[in-house]
Amino acid sequence: MIKFTNVFKAFPKGGLALKDVSFHIAKGEFVFLTGHSGAGKSTVLKLVYADEPVTSGEVRVSGFNVAELRPRDVPMLRRRLGIVFQDFRLLEDRTAEENVAFALEVTGARRSSLPARVMRVLTQVGLAAKGQAYPRELSGGEQQRVAIARALVNEPSVLLADEPTGNLDERATRGVFQLLRDINASGTAVVMATHDLDLVRQAPYRVIELQEGALVYDSSVDEPRDQAATP
Amino acid sequence: MNLTIREALLAFRRAPLLSALSVTTIAFSLFVVGLFGLVAVNLQDALRGVAERVEIVAYLLPGTPIESITLAEKDIEAFPEVQSAVYVSEDSALARARAELVEFRDVLQELERNPLPASIEVRLKPRFRDAEHVNDVAERLRGFGFVDDVRFGRDWVEKLDRLRQIAAAVGLVVGAAFAVVAIIIIGTTIRMAVLQRSREIAIMRLVGATNDFIRRPFLLQGAIKGMLGGLVAVGLSYAAYSLINRWLIQAAFFSHAQALAIVGFGTLIGLFGSAASVGRHLRRV
Ligand SMILES: Nc1ncnc2c1ncn2[C@@H]1O[C@H](COP(=O)(O)OP(=O)(O)OP(=O)(O)O)[C@@H](O)[C@H]1O
Ligand SMILES: [Mg+2]
Repeated sequence: MIKFTNVFKAFPKGGLALKDVSFHIAKGEFVFLTGHSGAGKSTVLKLVYADEPVTSGEVRVSGFNVAELRPRDVPMLRRRLGIVFQDFRLLEDRTAEENVAFALEVTGARRSSLPARVMRVLTQVGLAAKGQAYPRELSGGEQQRVAIARALVNEPSVLLADEPTGNLDERATRGVFQLLRDINASGTAVVMATHDLDLVRQAPYRVIELQEGALVYDSSVDEPRDQAATP
Repeated sequence: MNLTIREALLAFRRAPLLSALSVTTIAFSLFVVGLFGLVAVNLQDALRGVAERVEIVAYLLPGTPIESITLAEKDIEAFPEVQSAVYVSEDSALARARAELVEFRDVLQELERNPLPASIEVRLKPRFRDAEHVNDVAERLRGFGFVDDVRFGRDWVEKLDRLRQIAAAVGLVVGAAFAVVAIIIIGTTIRMAVLQRSREIAIMRLVGATNDFIRRPFLLQGAIKGMLGGLVAVGLSYAAYSLINRWLIQAAFFSHAQALAIVGFGTLIGLFGSAASVGRHLRRV
């Protein structure tokens, strides 16, 4: 599904953001990407959705060889992914429905199929009643649900979430996190970058930890954390 | 409704102020070009009016038989440059002189013998009314045996030529300068529209929109703005023309084709300006 092999990433200004990172995420997995600020979590995700070029190494995402991807094929890759951010990134002048429908229209979906598909995902995220609302009329948690609905509407096999609860209070955080778990339970892989260690401890999911661009811990290969931390 | 059209129209509704500003900017830029065009059109009209008076007169030897003259007239009319060749007999030359030179009527009345020669008056087709062709035709007229002398205002035709060249050169340079300035101003306006929507463009790319998909509404929008700007510019030019016509001088307005060309030019600038702005934006992010 997602496979990094000896991946390095250097930004034109600034040093190495990723150093020799390798991991493999299988279909339907839920993975936390953790690490301090600046550790490289967002960078990993950016490489997955081809927002930044890979400096060296191999990145494979659902059959795409991302490092060699031609610019014209990037949209095709992104249509297979759902992406969610801390700051929601909704279009302010469109309603919740229109924001979700937009992601479908972009792919050239038939217009007649839109309303049903949009309603289905809005129902899935618990916002069926707020389809006509504009982002400014929604709470942060609700806006994030719209963003998740938009990410889901193309039925991606992977959902990438970069600190999706970073701007939310505790209650909204729990709600959004539960939603991501439900989405994962129905078969979609979820990769979630987060600072929130409480959240990480709550759930029995795989954890990949980065430190200054290096992968320092992967719960699927290393000893459980508590033992590894004490020498 | 088609998605491209809907998105393009939506942009007008969402940013009415910026859209109106773009259209106004395009309109005024093209209006300046249009005003200059009006001057050019009228100058050309004036020059054409002057050129109309270009005439070559071949004076005939006295006693030339009328048959030869009729034949020659036919020949001359068959010259590719010639629009008309008219025979003026000695008598009609005198009659014309009497009518035109009223002050000398008495003198002309008392003449024993008609001193005026017969002639053939030759007019050239509009596009041949320049020094080179006039000289050429005059030379050929001299070749007829019964032609005594050939007259045309040589200095005058040459001056006309030079005037035309200057007008064309100035027109080209100033016109091109205005057009370039208009393109730059319009390009900047369109860039603002693109930048204003850069967040939206970023989100579109994130959800998997192709560059073509992103570009299309912008192109349509740019073309519409350019067209509207062109139409307004023609309207403004017409208003200016009406004022000039009323208070200053009798002037000419654009032909339909020229007015259409201004609107078309606006549309093209809008289209290519958008293509360039969006293209640059998409390449950078
Ligand atoms: N566009 C860029 N140009 C230069 N350096 C960058 C760029 N983006 C990220 N970096 C650098 O790469 C490193 C990793 O950044 P990244 O955003 O992946 O961290 P992060 O783990 O997501 O941090 P945070 O938890 O604060 O979001 C940082 O040192 C950052 O300064
Ligand atoms: Mg980050």
